[in-house]
Amino acid sequence: MKTLYDKIWDAHVVVPETDAPAILYIDIHLIHEVTTPQAFSGLKARGLKVRRTDKTFGTMDHSIPTSSRSLTGFDEMAAKQVRTLAENCAEFGVPLYDLNSSKQGIVHVIGPELGLTQPGRTLVCGDSHTSTHGAFGALAHGIGTSEVEMVLATQCLLQRKSKNFRVNFDGRLQPSVTAKDMILALIAKIGTGGGTGHVFEFTGSAIRALDMDARMTICNMSIEGGARAGLVAPDDTTFQYVAGREFAPQGAAWDAALTRWKKLPSDDGAHFDQTVTIDASSLEPMITYGTNPGMAIPLTGRVPAASTAEDQTALKYMGLEPGQPMLGHPIDVVFVGSCTNSRLSDLRSAAQILRGRKVNPRVRMLVVPGSYEVKRQAEAEGLDRVFKEAGAEWREAGCSMCIAMNGDSVPAGKTSVSTSNRNFEGRQGKGARTLLASPVTAAASAVEGCVADPRRLGGVA
Amino acid sequence: MKILGPVVVVAAENIDTDQIIPARFLKVTDKVGIGQHLFEDRPEFQVKKGVEILVAGDNFGCGSSREHAVWALKDFGFKAVISTSFADIFRQNSLKNSFLPIVVDSKTHAMLKPGVVVSIDLASQTLAIKDGPTVTFPIDSFSKTCILEGLDEIGYLLRHDAAITAFEGRGV
Repeated sequence: MKTLYDKIWDAHVVVPETDAPAILYIDIHLIHEVTTPQAFSGLKARGLKVRRTDKTFGTMDHSIPTSSRSLTGFDEMAAKQVRTLAENCAEFGVPLYDLNSSKQGIVHVIGPELGLTQPGRTLVCGDSHTSTHGAFGALAHGIGTSEVEMVLATQCLLQRKSKNFRVNFDGRLQPSVTAKDMILALIAKIGTGGGTGHVFEFTGSAIRALDMDARMTICNMSIEGGARAGLVAPDDTTFQYVAGREFAPQGAAWDAALTRWKKLPSDDGAHFDQTVTIDASSLEPMITYGTNPGMAIPLTGRVPAASTAEDQTALKYMGLEPGQPMLGHPIDVVFVGSCTNSRLSDLRSAAQILRGRKVNPRVRMLVVPGSYEVKRQAEAEGLDRVFKEAGAEWREAGCSMCIAMNGDSVPAGKTSVSTSNRNFEGRQGKGARTLLASPVTAAASAVEGCVADPRRLGGVA
Repeated sequence: MKILGPVVVVAAENIDTDQIIPARFLKVTDKVGIGQHLFEDRPEFQVKKGVEILVAGDNFGCGSSREHAVWALKDFGFKAVISTSFADIFRQNSLKNSFLPIVVDSKTHAMLKPGVVVSIDLASQTLAIKDGPTVTFPIDSFSKTCILEGLDEIGYLLRHDAAITAFEGRGV
């Protein structure tokens, strides 16, 4: 009896683990501008080529401006990094969805959109949020630049197998409680190192009820719980999403793929090294108050007592006091975007709150679609007009304010409510204070000018 | 590989890779001089050049997969970091750069005060505290061999080219 992880692992072992790690075959390698220049330099120094240019796909997301698609007048170092990726992809024959491409976007948004992310596949990228793709029942995790070079050269990784960690969400979510709240609740429960050495498999009725965008939000933040990968077993929701996409199997190949994919779910009685169960029906909208994603509480809660030096440092940095309610805490910036929450359903839920309302004048709100395609679809539905009429900025696709290495950042000492994945010190800019929350909570907070409960504004279903 | 010298201690737990090297310094296309930005936004850590062994709190290196974190530590002059645990990707990145992520129990960790002199020997997987105990530490056996013998992991994989090609021939 095997878990989903066991099955994907076994199907990709080229050479089994001995004293040396296993050699694991990689089906899809996604690359971007930040973690690849040194890997390509390594290839050149060794005189190697990219082994499988048909399994390697590049895009630009981290370092790029979202104010326009032009690099003219942009940070010269960032522009050079972007140009370097284009040069390397051209030299090595790797397909690249650059700033002028209608397929450009955050690497973890476009992989699924293009149909590259498929059940049962192995997928890696030099980015820790590669865990996102696990939502499809694909084994996907972040790698470092040395490993990027390894995969470019050999299409394989040296890997030791992780342990299995089942995270079971039973019950039905309350209105205005989202996938973001589920994953923040998990990390608050197990801590940022709770999943170290493990691969999560998310199971239970609350997971099955989620659409693919929501499942991606959950798997995306697996890494914030210490697990390099998170998985959801593929089902009809998955298959319907993948069907018809550019790189999805067609015709007889689709039928064959479906047969294979339906065998992927964990066998009844398969062994998990750890199991955590959370009652999804009891969850509330969550928000972080500290400087790691585990420092999260229900939105209606109060900042906990600072029992450790780490807590004290965090609260001092955040400008918060123990016992203080989170609701009503003034904010300066709202960011809706990032590989966690920049897909169409995220933008729809934020727009639902903002429709007919105004962003509070004290707040700068940035809405950054995850990809060119998300932007196109959002505009076709008129979501861009909702955001702009409310007074938010509607941007081009990219990582933007999640990582603040591209011109979009939160000023020092200012507080943002952000739909991104990390509230680390300085993550959104030096001295920036980040409160992580769902798009719904972020939109409500933008309207109120402080941390606000979306249910007071009518909420979302 | 042997490292002998005093330790510098950053006591905080969960030091993430954004603290080790903030994202605004990731716009580089090489590794040159990246150590000058190590802990740039955490001046209170007071790490100084000339010390080779860093001691840090639990879950060191969590967060982003940026190998720049390891490059920055190495470029600054560190050769090893001692903690009670490391994030998975950081540990992998470290070993691939012959930078030692050394896990000790919390009792041993508590003995590693600033300036305490330790001796690390990778071959015997021992950490000896001057005027104190000697403990062993775990390390991936393959990574250990690669570091001690200067083996190149890409070279190792390339020697399995026939097996990789055969795997690819199976289709799907």
